Amino acid sequence: MTSVAAVHTHDAPMSFWRKYVFSTDHKIIGIQFLFVSLFFLLVGGLLAMQIRWQLGFPGQPMPGGGILPETMASEGILLPEYYVQLVSMHGTFMVFFAIMPLLVGVYANFLIPLKLGAHDMAFPRINMASFWTAFLAGLIMLASLFVPEGAIRSGWTNYVPLAARPDYSGVTWGQILWCISIVVLGLSSVLGSLNYITTVINHRAPGMTWFRMPLSVWALFITAILGVLALPVLQGAAIMLLFDQTLGTHFFDPLEGGQALLWQHLFWFFGHPEVYILILPAMGMVSDMIANGSRKPIFGYHSMVFAIIAIGFLGWIVWGHHMFMSGMNPTLGSSFMISTLVIAVPSAIKTFNWMGTMWRGNLRFHVPMLNAVAFVAMFVIGGLSGVFMAATPVDMFIHDTYFIVAHIHYVLFGGSLFALFGAITFWYPKMFGRMMNQRWGKIHFWLTFVFYNLTFFPMHNLGMAGHMRRIYDPTQYEFLRPLQPLNEFISISAFALFAVQLIFAANFLLSLWKGEKAPQNPWEDNGLEWSLPSPAPHGNWERVPTVYRGPYEFSAPGTPGGRDYLPQYERLPTDREPAAALAPALGD
Amino acid sequence: MTHAHASTADLMRPPFPAEPGAGVYSNKLGMWVFLASDVMFFTALIGTYIILRFSTDLPWAQPGAVLNVPLTAFNTFLLICSSVSMVKAYAAIADGDRERLKFWVLMTILGGATFVGIQVYEYVKLVGHGFTPNGYREGSELATLAAAEPLKYGLQTAGIYGSTFFTMTGFHGFHVTCGVVCMTWVYFKALRGGYSQQDYRGVEVIGLYWHFVDLVWIILFTIVYLI
Amino acid sequence: MPWSLPPAASTFAGDVDFMFWLILVITGIAFVIVEAGLLWFVWKYRARPGRQAHYTHGSTKAEVVWTAVPAVTVVVLGIMSNGIWVKVKGRNSVPPDAMEVAVHAKQFEWNVTYPGPDGTLATGDDFTVRNQLHLVVNRPVKAHLSSEDVIHSFFIPDFRIKQDAVPGMQIVAWFQPTRTGEFELACAELCGHGHYSMGARVFVHTQEDYDAWLAERAAAQEVTP
Repeated sequence: MTSVAAVHTHDAPMSFWRKYVFSTDHKIIGIQFLFVSLFFLLVGGLLAMQIRWQLGFPGQPMPGGGILPETMASEGILLPEYYVQLVSMHGTFMVFFAIMPLLVGVYANFLIPLKLGAHDMAFPRINMASFWTAFLAGLIMLASLFVPEGAIRSGWTNYVPLAARPDYSGVTWGQILWCISIVVLGLSSVLGSLNYITTVINHRAPGMTWFRMPLSVWALFITAILGVLALPVLQGAAIMLLFDQTLGTHFFDPLEGGQALLWQHLFWFFGHPEVYILILPAMGMVSDMIANGSRKPIFGYHSMVFAIIAIGFLGWIVWGHHMFMSGMNPTLGSSFMISTLVIAVPSAIKTFNWMGTMWRGNLRFHVPMLNAVAFVAMFVIGGLSGVFMAATPVDMFIHDTYFIVAHIHYVLFGGSLFALFGAITFWYPKMFGRMMNQRWGKIHFWLTFVFYNLTFFPMHNLGMAGHMRRIYDPTQYEFLRPLQPLNEFISISAFALFAVQLIFAANFLLSLWKGEKAPQNPWEDNGLEWSLPSPAPHGNWERVPTVYRGPYEFSAPGTPGGRDYLPQYERLPTDREPAAALAPALGD
Repeated sequence: MTHAHASTADLMRPPFPAEPGAGVYSNKLGMWVFLASDVMFFTALIGTYIILRFSTDLPWAQPGAVLNVPLTAFNTFLLICSSVSMVKAYAAIADGDRERLKFWVLMTILGGATFVGIQVYEYVKLVGHGFTPNGYREGSELATLAAAEPLKYGLQTAGIYGSTFFTMTGFHGFHVTCGVVCMTWVYFKALRGGYSQQDYRGVEVIGLYWHFVDLVWIILFTIVYLI
Repeated sequence: MPWSLPPAASTFAGDVDFMFWLILVITGIAFVIVEAGLLWFVWKYRARPGRQAHYTHGSTKAEVVWTAVPAVTVVVLGIMSNGIWVKVKGRNSVPPDAMEVAVHAKQFEWNVTYPGPDGTLATGDDFTVRNQLHLVVNRPVKAHLSSEDVIHSFFIPDFRIKQDAVPGMQIVAWFQPTRTGEFELACAELCGHGHYSMGARVFVHTQEDYDAWLAERAAAQEVTP
C-alpha cells in the first residue's frame, strides 16, 4: 500500500505559496476558481447595470458615468460605441469567465475527487496549469476593456465579417485580445476536462460503481466530455479570426473567397454543447441538493443518468437552431428544428423526476434546498420558452429579440446561478470549515427570487412586441416607444437585483471568519465528502473509504440509529465488501 | 498489490500500481482524451478548408502548381519512418533494453526535427516565391505566373488557398515541434536511467501522440498537396 | 396592446401568431402543472416533526408517461411548425406573381432598388431609394437581400418576417402585406455601433398610389441621372 504512505508525506508543512497559490490540491484549486470567477461575475454584473441604465433611461447621464473617459461616455451619457462593448463583454465574461468556471472549474475540481473517494485529481499539476491558464485568459480579457478603442463590439458571438475587419467594427486590439484570451481559455478547459474524465474513470473508490456515482459527478463527467470536444472547435475558429486580423488571411472575408456563415457554424458547433456545459453541472448539483432537502432517494436515478447522457449527445446536433434566419438551407432548418424539439424530452424527464423526488418527502428548506427548488421552477420557464424559438415560424418573429434574452437569462441566471447559490452554501462548510449564515442566506434568496423575476419576466413581453436585442436606444423606433415604461421598470428591478447580490457577497466573505464552525456533516448527507472533517484536509483521506451503496439512501427503512440518511461509506452488517478493493494510487 | 500477468493482453500493459477503472493507466487515458480534443481542433481547421474549397465554383490551384510535392512526399516518408522508429523504441523498452530505447528515441527526434526543418525551408521558399497567407503577393514571381495561367494557379481562390494552407500545415508543424520537445525530454530521462521494463508509461504516451501527429500529416498531405 | 404581438399585417403573420399562441397554451399547461405541483409539494410535504419520507426509487410507469407525453407533443409541434416554415421560407415558396425589389444593406442603412416602370430588376430604369420600402397592398413581394459589408437582418415586425442579409450571399425573402399604411423596418442583427439606428420606413400603398409614386420617382430619376 505505497499510496497510503504517500499521503503522509503530503501532510508535511508547506510554504504559503505552495499551499495556497501554486497549489496542486484540487480543493485549493477549486477555491481559487471560486474567488476568481466570483470576481468576474461581479464585473459582468457591473457591465449589465450600465446596459440597463442606457436602456431604461436613454440619453440621460448615468450616475457615476462622469468617471468614464470621453471614448466611452460623454458627460456621463453612454456612447453607442461603448454600449456595444458593454453588451459584448457582459456576455463574454458571464459565459466564459463566470458561469463556466463557477460550475466546472470550482465544482468539478472540488467535488469529483471528494465524491468519488480519491486523494486528488489524476494529474494535479495539469490541474494547477488549468487554473493558471484560465486566470491568464481572464486577465487578458479584462485588459481588452482598457486598450485604445476598447473591447470587442460584435457581441459575445463575434459574428463575422463585423468581428473580422477593424474597418467595420472599429476595434483592433480588443478583438485580438479576445481571440487570444479564448484560445488560452480553451487550453485551460481542455486541461481541466481531461483531468476530470481520467479521474472519474480511474480514481473511484472501491465499490463506487458507475451507477453509485452521485448525479453531480455524472453531470460533471458528461460536461467534461463536452468541454474536451467543444472548446477546441472554438479555439480553431478563434485562431482563424485572429489570423484574419493579424496575418491578413481571408477565412471570413466574403470579398476574398471566405464565408461569413462558416464562423456561425463553427461557433455554434461549439456553442450549443457549451450551453449544456453551462447547465448540466447545475442540474447534477441540484439533484444532490433536492434529494438531501427532500430526505428521499432521487426519483428515477437511472433515467436521470440517461437523460444527462442524452442531452450530452443531442447537444451536438442542434447547433443550427441558432441560424434559422441566417440564410442557411431551409430544409436543414427543418431538421435542426426537430432535433432541437427532441432535446426538450430529457429536460422534461429531469424536471418531473425532481418533482417526483419531492413528492411525499419530508422537505427541509435550508438555503441550498430553497435555491434548488427555485432552480427547478425557473429552469422550467427557461426550458418552455425555448420551445418558441425552436419552432421555426415563431423564431422568424422572435429571433434576436428580447424573447431570447429572457430565455437565456431564465436558463443561465434562473437555472445555473440559483443552482450555484445553493451549491456554494451547501459545500461551503467542506471548503472553509464554517457555515454561511442561514438567515441572511434566506433573505438573499427571497429578494433575489423576486427581483430576478421582475427583471427578466417582462423581457418576454418586450420580445413579443418585437424589441430587438443589442440596440443602444429603443426610442429610435416608433413601435418600441410605448415599451419604454417597461424598459424602465426592468432597469429598476435589475438595479435592485444587483444590490441584493451584495448581501450574498457579504455573507460569503464574512462567514469566512465569522461563520459558525461547521460540523462534519451539517446537512446530514450521504456523500463520501461528509466522511471527512470540515474543512477537508490536504490529500483527503488517509485511507480511501469503501462504498457500500448509492448516494441517495435517505429515509431507508431499517437505517440504524433512527436517522433518515445512510451514508455511502457506512458499512452495515449486511453489506459485503466490494470485489476490487484496490486503493487508488495517489496522484500521477 | 500484485497483479496477475498471464495473458498476452496483459503483456501490452506495463506492470505498475494500476488504478482500478478502465484498466488503462491514467497517463495513457489522459493522452487519449487529449488526442480526442486535438481531433476536434484539426476537424475545425480541416473542415474549414473543405468547406471553403468545395463550396466555391471558382478553380483551385492544381496539385503541384504552387507547392513542391516531391519534397513534401519525401518529408511525409520521413515522418512515417519516425513513427516506425518510435515503435522500435517502444519495443526496445518493453524488452527492457534501455540502450536501444535511447537509440531509437534519438532517431525519432532526428526524424521529427528534420521534418520541421524541411517544412521551414519550404515555407521560406514559398514566401519568397510569392505564396503568403493572404494569397499571391503582388509583384511576385507567382503572381505573374498566375496572371498568365489563372486556371492552373487558381488565381481567384489564392486568398483562401494561402489562408488554409499556412494555418493547417503551420499548426501541424507546431504539433511536431511540441512532440520533438517532449521526445527530447524522454531522451534525457532515459539517459539518466529513467524507464524500465516495469514502467515505461512515458514512452508509450509520447508514442501515442507521435503516431497521431503522423496520421494527421498523412491526411493533410493527401488533401492539401495531392488533390 | 403594446406589450404583446403587434397587429398582424401580412398573409402568413396569422399562421405565425397561431403557432405562437398554440405553443403558449401548450407550454402554459406544462408551466401550470409544474409550478402548481411544486408549490403544492412545497406546502404539503414540508418537514414536520414525526413525518417520515416515503422511501422509493421511482416508478417506471410514471417515467414512461412523462417521457412519452412531451415527446409526442414536441414532435406534433415540430410537424405543424414545419408546414408554415416551408410555406414561408421553402426554396420554392415564392409566389410567381411577386413584385421584385432588391434590398442592399450596409452600415447603417437600407438601399432599396425598385424595378422601375418596366417591372423587372436589373434594367436601365431601375432606381434606388434609401431607407424607404414602398409596396403594394395584397401583392406578394420578393426581396433580394444582399449586404455590402457585415451581416444585417431584415426585420419587419408587423409582417412577422425576418431574414439575414449576408455579405457574399444572395438571399430571397418574400412576404405579402395585407394592410395599407406605414410600418417600420429594423435591423435585427448587431452590425456595429450604429446598429440601433438602422431603421427604415415601409409604405404599403394601394395599387393607384403606388403607380403614382412610381411615376413620380421614375420622372425624378430621368432628371438626375
